[in-house]
Amino acid sequence: MTTNITKENPEAAAVPPPGAAPAKKQKVPTGHRRLLTRRDRLTLGLMATLPTILHIALVWVTALASIALAFTTWDGIGFDSIHWVGLQNFKELFEQNPQFWPAVQHNVIWFVVLIVIPTPLGLFLAVQLDKKIRFSRVYQTAFFLPVVLSMAVIGFVWQLVYNPDTGLINSIIGANEPGKYIDWIGDPDLNLWAILVAASWRHTGYMMILYLAGLKGVDPSLREASAIDGANEWQTFKNVVFPALRPTNTIVLVVTIIEALRAFDLVYVFNGGAEGTELLSILVTTNIIGESSRIGYGSAIAVVLLLISLVVIVPYLVSTFRKERRA
Amino acid sequence: MHRTPSGLTLPSPSRRTLLRGVGGAAVLGAGIPLLSACGGSGTAADPKTVTLGSKASDPVPKKAFADIYAAFTKESGLTVDVNTKDSNTFQEQINSYLQGTPDDVFTWFAGYRMQFFAAKGLATPIDDVWEKIGGNFPEAMKALSKGEDGKYYLVPLYTYPWAVFYRKSVFQEKGYEVPTTWDDFIALCKQMQKDKLVPIAFGDKDAWPALGTFDQINFRANGYDFHVELMAGKASWTDAKVRKAFDLWTEILPYHQEGAVGRTWQDAAQTLASKKAGMYLMGSFVAQQFTDKAALDDLDFFAFPEIDPAYGQDTVEAPTDGFMMSKSPKNKAGSLKLMEYLGTPAAEEIYLKSDPSVVAASTKADTASYTPLQKKAYDMIADAKNLTQFMDRDSRPDFTSTVMQPALQKFVRDPKSVDSLLSSIERQKKTIFASS
Repeated sequence: MTTNITKENPEAAAVPPPGAAPAKKQKVPTGHRRLLTRRDRLTLGLMATLPTILHIALVWVTALASIALAFTTWDGIGFDSIHWVGLQNFKELFEQNPQFWPAVQHNVIWFVVLIVIPTPLGLFLAVQLDKKIRFSRVYQTAFFLPVVLSMAVIGFVWQLVYNPDTGLINSIIGANEPGKYIDWIGDPDLNLWAILVAASWRHTGYMMILYLAGLKGVDPSLREASAIDGANEWQTFKNVVFPALRPTNTIVLVVTIIEALRAFDLVYVFNGGAEGTELLSILVTTNIIGESSRIGYGSAIAVVLLLISLVVIVPYLVSTFRKERRA
Repeated sequence: MHRTPSGLTLPSPSRRTLLRGVGGAAVLGAGIPLLSACGGSGTAADPKTVTLGSKASDPVPKKAFADIYAAFTKESGLTVDVNTKDSNTFQEQINSYLQGTPDDVFTWFAGYRMQFFAAKGLATPIDDVWEKIGGNFPEAMKALSKGEDGKYYLVPLYTYPWAVFYRKSVFQEKGYEVPTTWDDFIALCKQMQKDKLVPIAFGDKDAWPALGTFDQINFRANGYDFHVELMAGKASWTDAKVRKAFDLWTEILPYHQEGAVGRTWQDAAQTLASKKAGMYLMGSFVAQQFTDKAALDDLDFFAFPEIDPAYGQDTVEAPTDGFMMSKSPKNKAGSLKLMEYLGTPAAEEIYLKSDPSVVAASTKADTASYTPLQKKAYDMIADAKNLTQFMDRDSRPDFTSTVMQPALQKFVRDPKSVDSLLSSIERQKKTIFASS
């Protein structure tokens, strides 16, 4: 896969930047001028400018506006009610908000759990399914099904399972009577883990499908060679197959980080981010959405979330670009 | 991306996918503040039509409101073009809705939540309307309909009390008596516990029911005036009076249903309906959960018991819903006519015919068709010396939703942490009330 990209990208780079180049050449008429007709140039120009405008408007302007708002207070009514407050929102967030640090911690726990439990499990399932066992397609579908469901639906389903009075678990173990209650949804020592079971249930299927795809791409001759060398199944996996899955591991890592940072819908439906399940994304929402909203304060939380995302993504981008340049 | 032999699409870790990831993260982080482009209906001004934005999305109130509008059309010849939104969505979007192109008239709540938008200039004062309908309403309702500037902004339609609900048959069978003082209340809780009943049903998963419990204890123990000051952000949450209210709450918390933070208020209502719980502090809309006719007839309530004899039971929490006019209605003459009609006893009677879980805001409305429960609710509100709305209507909604709701959930689960909790509430309150 890596080779594919490195092959593609230089080609893409070889094409001259469509908008600017022909314009310059107008002054020096050469044979090249005929290469692109007026219509071609128009099309290319549109193809370049439209996405750029959209990208700038939807990504950069919003991101920068949000960063700017993080240093203000604003109730969202009229632009003249925006007041500059400097770093006060951040100070308040770090020092006073009892939900902020737990939220950061829960986002981290979310990531660690997703990497430690469903990811290896997904890899394990993928390896088993890759062995061309019977009904492989049926299993694939079964494990992948939760990924197709929307997170909100998953939250709703699991909330029924965990309901303290009428839920499946408490009914089976008889914990729905006074004195024996297990409050899966409200108890801050339990609820995060209860939700993570639901999140892992979905994430396993997702990881399985990614790894399965990766495994299909591993050259069969590698396995043959290792079999000829007398390696057993585990040795082959550990020394040959797993290293060949490196590109897949990278996607898995990135996907999991993104999942951990954007975790929201599941928890929002499950218990609205009550104590024990606070997440940054939920704090952003509860502060911004609603009447007389605290848009500046909510934006400050969003900026923290953005910074965390950058800390994770930037090193990855840097290493990817470096690799491309080397190739 | 390329196809693998198994036919699966294989995403490769290209720069593009990654940028999309970064973009996604940025949009997640940054896009939310700009999700405000939802406005009302954009119909052109038509002298024969009044547009109305409604949060009454549940079938019962929706039909009840539709009946009122139909009667109005019959009387005035003006059509009401109703734009109904899911009630939670309506409340969440109210800010951008009122700033965009709102409908001429919209449904809203009395109290601080009305005054906030009135003070922001997002509503039209309707003193002219009140000159004509003023006689239909008691003083307490008039006060609830005024903005901070003393002008009228709201026409109230209906109201409902918060009280302690119980089943008559259970009280009869076990020989319980309705408690009027705190000591009686505690004694009753103890007796119920002995009788293997959950004394007080409780579900705080939605985070607002606990606000109601605090309101009752606080204005019983510290009086209406202090409660209002506390809600307005003037009194301190670290005041000894507040601490006393929380101590009283701690005293009755052991008699509340366990695992409250994981239970919805509807599930808690079911424990009262199934006679597993003895009492339930809730708004009278709890009656909607009693689908069995016999159980509904068996439902009764009493006012939260007296704590300090100086205040007795003089305050009733009675949230009131009504109508407001947006800042620049397209059909102002028609809107005024509609508001005037909505303030008549006739309109209220039509509403109550379809939704018997509430009572009319007007004292002129006919009470003959009231159920015994409605009659009792009506008397309770009419006799009240002071009316409160509910914490999230009496105080800043941003304060109650981001600070009080999580704080009270925490208290309900772990009452020992009350001191640090109160100082944290006070610190956050100061910053929120300081901003605009």
